[in-house]
Amino acid sequence: MTKKQKKVLRRIIISAVLLVAIAVTFTVLEKTGTVDFENPSIMWRCIEIVAYLIPYLIIGYDILKKAFLGIIHGEVFDENFLMAIATVGAMVLGEYKEASAVMLFYQIGELFQSYAVGKSRKNITALMDIRPDYANIEKDGKLEQVDPDDVQIGTVIVVQPGEKVPIDGKVVEGSSSLNTSALTGESVPREVHVGDEIISGCVNLTGLIKIETSKEFGESTVSKILDLVENSSMKKSRSENFITRFAKYYTPAVCIAALALAVLPPLVNIIMGNPAAWSKWIIRALTTLVISCPCALVISIPLSFFGGIGGASAKGILVKGSNYLEALSYTKYVVCDKTGTLTKGVFQVTEIHPVSGMSEADLLEKAALVESYSNHPISKSLKEAYGKDIDNNRVVDAKEISGHGVSAVVDGHEVAAGNVKLMKHMNIEAAVPTSVGTEIHVAVDGKYAGYILISDVVKPNAKEAIRGLKEAGVSKVVMLTGDAKKVADAVGSELGVDEVRSELLPGDKVDEVEKLIAAKGEKEKLAFVGDGINDAPVLSRADIGIAMGALGSDAAIEAADIVLMDDDPAKISTAMKISKKTLRIVHQNIVFALVIKFACLALGAVGFVNMWWAIFADVGVMILAVLNATRALSFKE
Amino acid sequence: MKKYKIEVDCANCAAKMEDATKKVAGVKDATVAFMAQKMSVEFEDGADEAEVMKNVLKACKKVEPDCEIFM
Repeated sequence: MTKKQKKVLRRIIISAVLLVAIAVTFTVLEKTGTVDFENPSIMWRCIEIVAYLIPYLIIGYDILKKAFLGIIHGEVFDENFLMAIATVGAMVLGEYKEASAVMLFYQIGELFQSYAVGKSRKNITALMDIRPDYANIEKDGKLEQVDPDDVQIGTVIVVQPGEKVPIDGKVVEGSSSLNTSALTGESVPREVHVGDEIISGCVNLTGLIKIETSKEFGESTVSKILDLVENSSMKKSRSENFITRFAKYYTPAVCIAALALAVLPPLVNIIMGNPAAWSKWIIRALTTLVISCPCALVISIPLSFFGGIGGASAKGILVKGSNYLEALSYTKYVVCDKTGTLTKGVFQVTEIHPVSGMSEADLLEKAALVESYSNHPISKSLKEAYGKDIDNNRVVDAKEISGHGVSAVVDGHEVAAGNVKLMKHMNIEAAVPTSVGTEIHVAVDGKYAGYILISDVVKPNAKEAIRGLKEAGVSKVVMLTGDAKKVADAVGSELGVDEVRSELLPGDKVDEVEKLIAAKGEKEKLAFVGDGINDAPVLSRADIGIAMGALGSDAAIEAADIVLMDDDPAKISTAMKISKKTLRIVHQNIVFALVIKFACLALGAVGFVNMWWAIFADVGVMILAVLNATRALSFKE
Repeated sequence: MKKYKIEVDCANCAAKMEDATKKVAGVKDATVAFMAQKMSVEFEDGADEAEVMKNVLKACKKVEPDCEIFM
């Protein structure tokens, strides 16, 4: 609890104790017949007023002051005003106990609210506890702690086990494993060695490492992420704007209604020749005022969104504003980039088909060796699949046949590797592969030896991710890619996407998204998911731009509305589920608060609801709404 | 655009501060985030930021005496 909250708590306790003591004392006095409070003497009336005024003023002086200042400054209709008018009115009408109690409960509600909000804030900051406090610099063999802001680019900093990496950079000495869970939600530690780029915000687990910084602190990943999360509540959702606008009209409307309730019925009574019954109607009007306080809505809705955004960031999903979290719930179209988003974006050997009489390992070895001089990505994939060091002495007379492949003498055999055209060129009949991918046919001494297939590997959970999107209410998943139609269609049908647009140039992607946006309904939202490489224009054109695995890609973090810190496509449906849960809570709170309030207002106007019920309708509803809102913070799959 | 840390107790008060800040001369636009306890102010071109912020604080104190803006 903060100092302010503790002070309020003390005031609440003191005035509650006083209030109970006074009420008990007066009840005893009445029961024993010492004083007749139905018709008390002037002296006892004064004693009663003064006695109840003490707890009332202890608990309510600041509200009265704020209400008074508000009136002076022309800010008439706020909750301080409502509470001040209601309780002062009740005091004047002799409802001392009720007046003090209303003020007391109102303050309890306010304290609870400020405590709950503070607690959520703290929870969220704890989730995002990645801010490094210092960086270690080695000076004369001793470590010195400095402010990360003061570290220049190119400085070598030391990160000891247990410490956070303060600034982005490259490992120049040592190796260790890093906990990236605060950044990515991924619990498996990442191994780093000399030469690896590492991002700030990770926690060093095992070994001491030295890092040469590549960015300033302010430009480092950790600063960017903290900035993004802290500013997320600046962009307000439609629901939040609705409530703010609503409160602007609602409070004055209620005040006018209460005034009418206090004045009109007695006037009608007078005209009809009945007793006016002023006090009865004024009390009803005051009850109305207490009920109508809009706090439950005004506080619980931003709290829900804040909780939702915090819960999402704990899962490695950064949402840049409540408006985007809200829009995710209405997402009907998801457009995915293929490479790097649904597939790993790295080419791997997926199939090896030697002719009979040759082993798979033998074919792969021949292919890897003959391609060993090439820098082509295909040769890299072959070398990777081969896995052993390549002895360059085994390969002589390597020749690149542009657009076709390569040939060389490997271990004394004439080996050629390349596409179908190369085989045709050499008058060798090649097998026709049954699967899709880039084909590398191999011939040894002029005879066909088999082929190897290389393809981009689909992410293991991509299929599940698409299914998750469908379950979350997405009606159409479209995949965009620059790849050949055959390859794209194969991946598309494997993953279960609804539509595939292939052979697109980077500029075409924006056009495709434009077309889809034009075709969709007004309320339906379109989300684009990309890996942030070359797709910044599409990210900003879509209703919701989602960049994945975007840590370190500044352009993507800038352009996207939602950033997935790792590259797991299943996080998209997780984000949608969080969004739906948050909105459900928001709607529950709006409906719950309004139904109870309007019901109590209606009953209060006709006299069925007394001041005590009114307090519940205000403070009770607010506490329940805030408790409900805090649910948004926790999300379990 | 500049960001300031603030201290304000309730969401409604934050909304009031936002409205008040927007009306101050020299302020182009302003947002108050109650949850983050932050205020971001966009100034008119050529406005004296320190001077404007003084008036912003004054305007905010008027609508919410308990609030604080750290500059």
